[in-house]
Order: sequence, then structure tokens, then C-alpha cells
Amino acid sequence: MTERILDVKNLRIDFHTYAGEVKAIRDVSFHLNKGETLAIVGESGSGKSVTTKSIMGLLANNAKVVSGSILYHDQDLLKKSEKEMQNIRGKDIAMIFQDPMTSLDPTMKIGQQIAEPLIKHKHLDKKKAWQQALEIMKLVGINDAEKRINNYPHQFSGGQRQRIVIAIALVCYPEVLIADEPTTALDVTIQAQILDLMKDLQSKIETSIIFITHDLGVVAGMADRVAVMYAGEIIEYGTVDEIFYNPQHPYTWGLLNSMPTLSSTKLEAIPGTPPDLLDPPKGDPFAARNPFAMKIDAEQKPPFFKVSETHYAATWLLHPNAPKVTPPDEIVRRWQLYRKMNNQTQVH
Amino acid sequence: MEEKIKLNSDSFQPLAKSESLDNEKIAAPSLTFLQDAWMRLKKNKGAVVSLFIVLIMVVVAFGSTPFIDHNSLVKSAPKYANLPAKIPGVSINGFNGKLKVAGKWVDEYRQNNVPKDKYFVLGTDYLGRSLAERIIYGTKISLIVALVATFFDLTIGVAYGIISGWKGGRVDTIMQRIIEIISSVPNLVIVVLMLLVLKPGMTSIICAIAISSWTTMARMIRAETLSLKSQEYVLAARTLGESPLKISLKHLVPNLSSIIIIQTMYTIPTAIFFEAFLSFIGIGISSPQTSLGVLLNDGQKNFQFLPYQMWYPAIVLCVLMIAFNLLGDGLRDAFDPKTRR
Amino acid sequence: MRKYLLKRVFYMVLTLFLVATITFFLMKLMPGTPYSNQQKMTQQQIQIMNQQYGLNKPIWQQYVIYIFGMLHGDLGTSFQFSNQPVSYLISSRIGASAQLGAQAMIFGVFFGIIIGSIAAINRNTWIDTTSTVVSIIGKSVPNFVLAVLLQYYIALKLGWFPIADWGGFSYTVLPTIALGVGPLAETARFVRTGMVDVLNSDYIELARAKGLSKFGIVYHHALRNSLIPLVTLIGPYTVALMTGSMVIENIFSIPGIGEQFVKSILVNDYPTIMGVTMLFSAGLVAIILLTDIVYGIIDPRIRLSGSEG
Ligand SMILES: Nc1ncnc2c1ncn2[C@@H]1O[C@H](COP(=O)(O)OP(=O)(O)OP(=O)(O)O)[C@@H](O)[C@H]1O
Ligand SMILES: [Mg+2]
Repeated sequence: MTERILDVKNLRIDFHTYAGEVKAIRDVSFHLNKGETLAIVGESGSGKSVTTKSIMGLLANNAKVVSGSILYHDQDLLKKSEKEMQNIRGKDIAMIFQDPMTSLDPTMKIGQQIAEPLIKHKHLDKKKAWQQALEIMKLVGINDAEKRINNYPHQFSGGQRQRIVIAIALVCYPEVLIADEPTTALDVTIQAQILDLMKDLQSKIETSIIFITHDLGVVAGMADRVAVMYAGEIIEYGTVDEIFYNPQHPYTWGLLNSMPTLSSTKLEAIPGTPPDLLDPPKGDPFAARNPFAMKIDAEQKPPFFKVSETHYAATWLLHPNAPKVTPPDEIVRRWQLYRKMNNQTQVH
Repeated sequence: MEEKIKLNSDSFQPLAKSESLDNEKIAAPSLTFLQDAWMRLKKNKGAVVSLFIVLIMVVVAFGSTPFIDHNSLVKSAPKYANLPAKIPGVSINGFNGKLKVAGKWVDEYRQNNVPKDKYFVLGTDYLGRSLAERIIYGTKISLIVALVATFFDLTIGVAYGIISGWKGGRVDTIMQRIIEIISSVPNLVIVVLMLLVLKPGMTSIICAIAISSWTTMARMIRAETLSLKSQEYVLAARTLGESPLKISLKHLVPNLSSIIIIQTMYTIPTAIFFEAFLSFIGIGISSPQTSLGVLLNDGQKNFQFLPYQMWYPAIVLCVLMIAFNLLGDGLRDAFDPKTRR
Repeated sequence: MRKYLLKRVFYMVLTLFLVATITFFLMKLMPGTPYSNQQKMTQQQIQIMNQQYGLNKPIWQQYVIYIFGMLHGDLGTSFQFSNQPVSYLISSRIGASAQLGAQAMIFGVFFGIIIGSIAAINRNTWIDTTSTVVSIIGKSVPNFVLAVLLQYYIALKLGWFPIADWGGFSYTVLPTIALGVGPLAETARFVRTGMVDVLNSDYIELARAKGLSKFGIVYHHALRNSLIPLVTLIGPYTVALMTGSMVIENIFSIPGIGEQFVKSILVNDYPTIMGVTMLFSAGLVAIILLTDIVYGIIDPRIRLSGSEG
């Protein structure tokens, strides 16, 4: 079995607000294997950022970890003090943020911004740190790095800034890289470049990546495994192929259906809105938007049903007693493709 | 993760529409911008308390008009001079007609043979005039000055800003240069110069403050007008050929309202301060007329021996300033879209 | 950049010229003669005086003379104060005012920054509330009221500092505090708001993700970003200090410009009034130009756009 470097177990996080306790993360478990890329997919507000921030120990002040553990090399990150976390952040676990336009300090030379983690974690002097900063700048593809190292953020384009943010994250060669929607704020051609860069660097630096996105399309080329989040829960996870070609949860169907494909230009948005996390429903949180909802969905939360060794989904539709339903055409098409793929592998 | 699963026979029946968890509940009724701001203002304790204080001061100051006769207010009554505060039924030293003289509390009322039933709630000044009455009257003057300054802010300032921003180009440049010139001299110095030319007194103070106070408002309004000008609804109104006056009243002013309200709340304490300042240094309103500045000036001279003569007007002035500043802050927080999250 | 500077300086001179012109004609509108003991003077004496000061010439000639004089640093002669040239009157007093103003500015800005940033770092705690209360009070209590209270309770009662007059450093302490509390309150409020914004920004989150310590984040990232805009307040502070000096110097009997100004106002000494007005405006305009330049130097974003534009 591959080595798990990060293991999140039964994580529950509440936010204290004036309106009440927002139950943002409700019993989330997942793990990250060494060297792989795990994508976490879900629509806005599903709790992706909160999950990653809890790993980094960067939760907002009004957040409360109700239960759970985050094991990193068998040490629970949630039990670590702020000081201990400071020594892990940026060195062992690093993060890339969504908006490169605002994530760099406008009044500090980018050379210094890249060098900072080295000075902090590797205790290099300024000159050495800048030298390494220069190297990583070249690595992330900033042209003319010798000159650019003295520039300020506003002198770079959005794509270049995201490269710099990536450089900052990778400068200490972290074991885990968390990328929270790293391409959402960029236009499409730049997006592709940044994704290529990340893939390229992953093999060079040997890091494991948690890749957050709400865009399934980005996931296909990037990830090894995918976890789908909905309303603060993971509702389905599996390998990329399993999620893309053998999805079982109606929400995953909806996500795939709302993805533009070559064959169909019609986009099917999922109707309705996610439940109010102040008062989450006791049954399946997706029931209200689920065209295949059953009585039990309103009453009980579905457990994970095993689809394969690597593939689980939390939907009552997988219960042996559940009626067989016909998913949307697009999903049926994918299922057929999946069966074909599997048959081919069996033949070989 | 084996959980108890209770299955009924109909568990896997499709969920009826009526049973479906309806999460599209009716959202809270949407509020207009002003209602929304009001809601947020109400949550700000400091601002609410300040609003009450301001209202009370306004009511007391203006409500006193029939009772406090200005003529009797300037008339001196030497036999009652420098009496400390005396509130019937209160026996705290300092409020019972006693004054600390050379370390001992002395009943000044008895010493000066003041009739038994005569008392002054806040004592009297060096000419025997009731301090309470003078303070109330002085507060009224401060509020009037503030009111008039606000009026000019709202008329000259807003109009100037809108015209400058709306016309743009040459007109704007010239108008902005004029503001630049005015603001290259400290406001208070302008006021002083004006007071030298006009004859000192209430009217002059008001005129002088009016001339200098509107520039900040004009600047802010101009900046906002510039950005509003290119908004679609304004463009639409322009292409439809509505008159500029109508556009500015119908489209601009409502959108400028938050800036106007916030800025006004800063003009008020400034105006009150100016009046007190000028009267204090002796070129504004001067004795025997009454204003908070005059009272402070009078009180300061005797501060060593009769500290109450300065303390009372000082407290009233400070409370007035604090109340308006807090209210201004509250309004800014309530209106500022940046703090809307 | 040089072109921009030249343009700014040109406008500055133009502004000052207009201010001079306006004040000149305003002063001519002033009622009464400018001589102190005019009741005792005969018509003839007044004539002689007018002749001596050139006040019998047509107004436009007086104006031309005034403007030309000013170009040579000659601001006329004070009628009231032993016939001294106004320029001498001013230059002999400017030291005290400048020292007091500078001290008050440094005091206010320094403590304002400390109070404001501590409040922002401890947002929504009692520390924050306390500092908000302090700054509201500092903003609201008129400086002359504070001055009188300080003078009485600290100097007279406690005897910690001299009551008035101008000697060594100890004479400057109370006036500095009285004058500096306004800027202090303003700075504290400004820095708090700015730093709260900065601390909520994405780049601070990134700095945290780098593993920097709390202190490192505030020191290396938050402070600089929230203090740079403070430069824009130097202009308003200068105004506050100039105005404040008028009353504070008076209360503490400090031989400065402000005290002279008030004295001159009370006796219609208009050459001095005009001279001080010109001095105040020149100082203000110069400070504003200076802060614009400094802002451009310390904020990299403006630096670039400045050199391009
Ligand atoms: N500081 C906070 N206080 C209260 N609620 C919060 C806070 N931070 C997050 N939440 C709530 O937690 C939920 C999950 O938020 P999160 O930011 O993780 O969503 P996300 O999946 O990252 O969405 P997006 O795609 O928009 O980034 C949301 O409902 C949000 O309102
Ligand atoms: Mg997010």
C-alpha cells in the first residue's frame, strides 16, 4: 500500500456567527498519498477552503474544530501549537491561493517575498536566500529573472504573479502543496500554462498536491484521485477515471452534466441551492435538489457504499434495496465508455 | 463505520414533492439602502447613545428659548457673583452651595446673604449670571452655527461638487483650482480674516465658517459625481435628454446621499469647534454675549479659584463634540459599502 | 518627473500669489485705521503716519509695492509692534513655533501609530475598545480646553512642568501634548482602520502560510502597508498644528507665530496678519508638495506610474 502522508479523519468545523453556528465541515475524512494529486471538487461554499485552511492551521478566529484529526506523518496537526505550526507551514506544507492579484505584498520586492520562507525555515542569510529565490524564479518560468527579482508585484501580469506565488510555495520543497483554486482568477490560456507548470514542478520537486477547484474540467488532466464535496461533506471519492466515467452520486452526475463537452454544447446547471449550513438537514443534504430523491433521503444520512477498492459514494441509490434509476444521458454515455475501457484492460 | 440503518418498507419510494426539503425559503425581505443603514446604525451602541444625547441637547437648547431671556442673560447681578452650584436636596459638596476656599468648604450662599429660596443649579459666573442658563444658551448658539454650516455644506458644497464633476473639462479644472487656492490657507485663518473685515458677532462667524467649510464636501461630491456620471442609468437618462438639473436631483443626489450624510456629520463638530475656538481667543462672539467659547474664555480666567466655571461649559462642549463624532463614525460604518459584508 | 515638479511648483507660486492678492484687498476692506492709539492722534498725525507707511497712495500702487516687496522678502512694517519689519517679527518667532509643531507632530504620529496598530492587532478586544475611546476623546476635546486643564492640574497643582513661558525642553512638554493629541487621535484611527484592512488581506494570509511569526507578519508586511497612506495626513496635520498654535502658544505664553498672530488680530495689525497668513499658506503648500513627492518615493506602486506619466 502506498504511504499516506496526510490523513484527515472525521473532521468537523463550526463557525460562530451572529446568526448561529455555521456547520461548515461535517464529518469529512480523506487522505493524501505520497506523490499523488488529490482534487477536491465542489461548488462555492461547499467547504473546500475551510478544509484546506484547517490543514494549514489558518482557520479564522471564529472557527472551532469540533472533532476530528489531521494526521501528518502520524502527528495530529490539530493538536499542534501555533509556534509548531509556523515551523510546518511554508516548509512542509505550503499553499497557493486563488487570487494572484491580491496575494502578493504590494510594497515588498518579490525577491524578498520569495526569500522569506528560506530565511525563516532554512535559516539562510539574505544573499543565499535571494540566490535560491532567483533559481526558483527561473524554475517557474519567469524570464529575465535577474532583473525581475527586484521588481514589485504590480510590475507583473496575473499569470506571472501566480508563477511567483507558486515559487513562494515551492521554494522550501514542501512535501504537501495545497492549491486552492489556483487558476480560477486567470484567463483560460494562462490557466493551462499554470496547470502545466504545476504538473511539471510536481515531478521535479516530488511533492503531493491537494488541488481545490470547482471546475471538474480542470481536474481531468491534473489529478490522480478526486473527492467531491457538497455542503460540508465529501459525498463521493475515487480515482479520476472512476469519478469521470463511473460516477454514482447524483450530485457528481449533476457536476459532470454541467461540464461543457465536445459532444454537447448544452449546459445543464444543477437546479436549486445548497442547504443552509446553520441548520443542515438531517438526511442527505442533496435530497432537496436530487431528482432521484427517496423517502429515506429525507430521514437518514446515507453511509458510504463501496463501489470498488478505491471508489466510494454516499447515496442511498447504491443500497441493494434501492430502485434502479436511469441517470442523465451524458452519464449513461460515460458509463458505457467506462465499461468499454475496463473490458479492454481485461483483454490485455 | 457501521451505523444503525433503519429501513422501512417505503424507504425507497420516491420523495413526494410536498415532502421534499424545501430549502428555497423566503429570504429576509430586502431592505432599501436607507433602511439597511438604519438597521446597522441601531446596532452601534455608541452611535445610538450619541443620537439620544444630540436629540436631548437640541430639545433642551431650542426648547429653552421661551424661558431664557437673552436680555436678562447679559444683565449682571453682582450680588450673586461667583456662586457655586446649589441643587436643593443634594448634599454633595460642590453641589450644595459650598465652595472649597483655602482647603475648607464654605457655604458661599450664606456668606453672600443670598435669599434661602434662591439657588443656581450650576452656580453663577463672575457677574452673577446663572451658569446653567448661559450654558444652555451657549449650546443653542453652537447648534445654530453647526446648523448653518451644514446648510452651506449642503447647498454650496454639494452644488459646487456636482457642477464641477458633471461639467468636467475646463470648468472642472478652474473650479478645482479655486478650491485648491482656498484650501491652501488653513480654514481657521480664512475665518479669522473674514472676521476682521466683517464686524464680530454671530452673523460674521456664520458667514466666515460658511465660506471656508464647504470645500471638503465639494471635493468628495465631485469625485463621486465623476464616477456616477459614467454609470449606465445616468448615461441612459442623458441620452433620453433629461435636463441636467433633473438628472442630478433624481439620479445623483440619492446616490450621493451617504457621502453627504457622512461628510455633514464631520462638518458639524468642526463648526462647533471653530465657534468655541474663535470666541475663546476673543475674536468671535464676545462678552457679554453668550456662547460656549465665551464661557470657556470667562471660566479660564478664574479657573484657579472657581474651576467649576470652566468645567461645566467644557464638559458640555466635549460631550457635544464626542456625540457628533461618534454619530458620524456610526453613520460612516452604517453607510460605507466597504464595511458591508 | 522633473516636468511634473516644475508644473507643481508653478501652480504653487500662482496659488500663493492669488492668496497674497486676496488677503491684500481683504485687509484694505478692514474697518478702522491700523494705529493703536488712534483716538489720541490728531488728523494731522494720522496723515503723517499714512504718508510714512505709504497708505495715502492709491490702492493699486500699494498693491504693486506690496507684491514687489514680498518678492524681496519684505512683508512691510508692523504698525503695532515697535515698528519692526514683519519679516523680522516672523523670523524671530518662527523657531519656537516650528519646534513646537515638529514635536507635536512627532508625538502625535508616533503614539498614534502605536495605539492604532495595537488596536488593530487586538481587534474586537477590550484593548481595541479602549483605544477607540481614547481616540474619540482625543479628537473631540478641543485642544485649548485640554491645554488649560493640563496647565492647571499638571503644571500648577502637581508642579511637574513650568506653567508657561519658553525656556528649555521642559517648557515644551505640556504644549506639545495639548497640540499633539489631535494628530494622535487621528493617526490612531487612521492606522487602525488601515491595518485592519491590511490584516484581512490575501497577502497577509500568504505571509501566514509561509510560516512567518505573528510579529514578523506585522513588522515586515502589515506595518509598512498600513503606514504608507499616513503620509497623506501630514497636510491636514500641518493645518491643525498651525491653527492650534494660535491658541496653545497663547495659553502657554510661548513667543511663537501663532501667539503673534492672535495679538496682531486683536489690534488690527494688518501687515503682520498678512505676513503670517502668507507664511502659513506657503508652509502648507510646500508641505503638501513635499508629501506628494515623499508618497511617490515610498509607495512603489505610485513610483512607477509617476515616472511613466
Ligand atoms: N469565517 C467564517 N465565518 C463564518 N462562516 C464561514 C467562515 N469561513 C467560511 N464560512 C462558511 O463556510 C462555508 C464553506 O466556505 P468555503 O470558503 O470553504 O467554501 P469553498 O468551498 O472554498 O467555496 P469557494 O469555491 O467559493 O471558495 C461557507 O458556507 C461559508 O459561508
Ligand atoms: Mg474557497
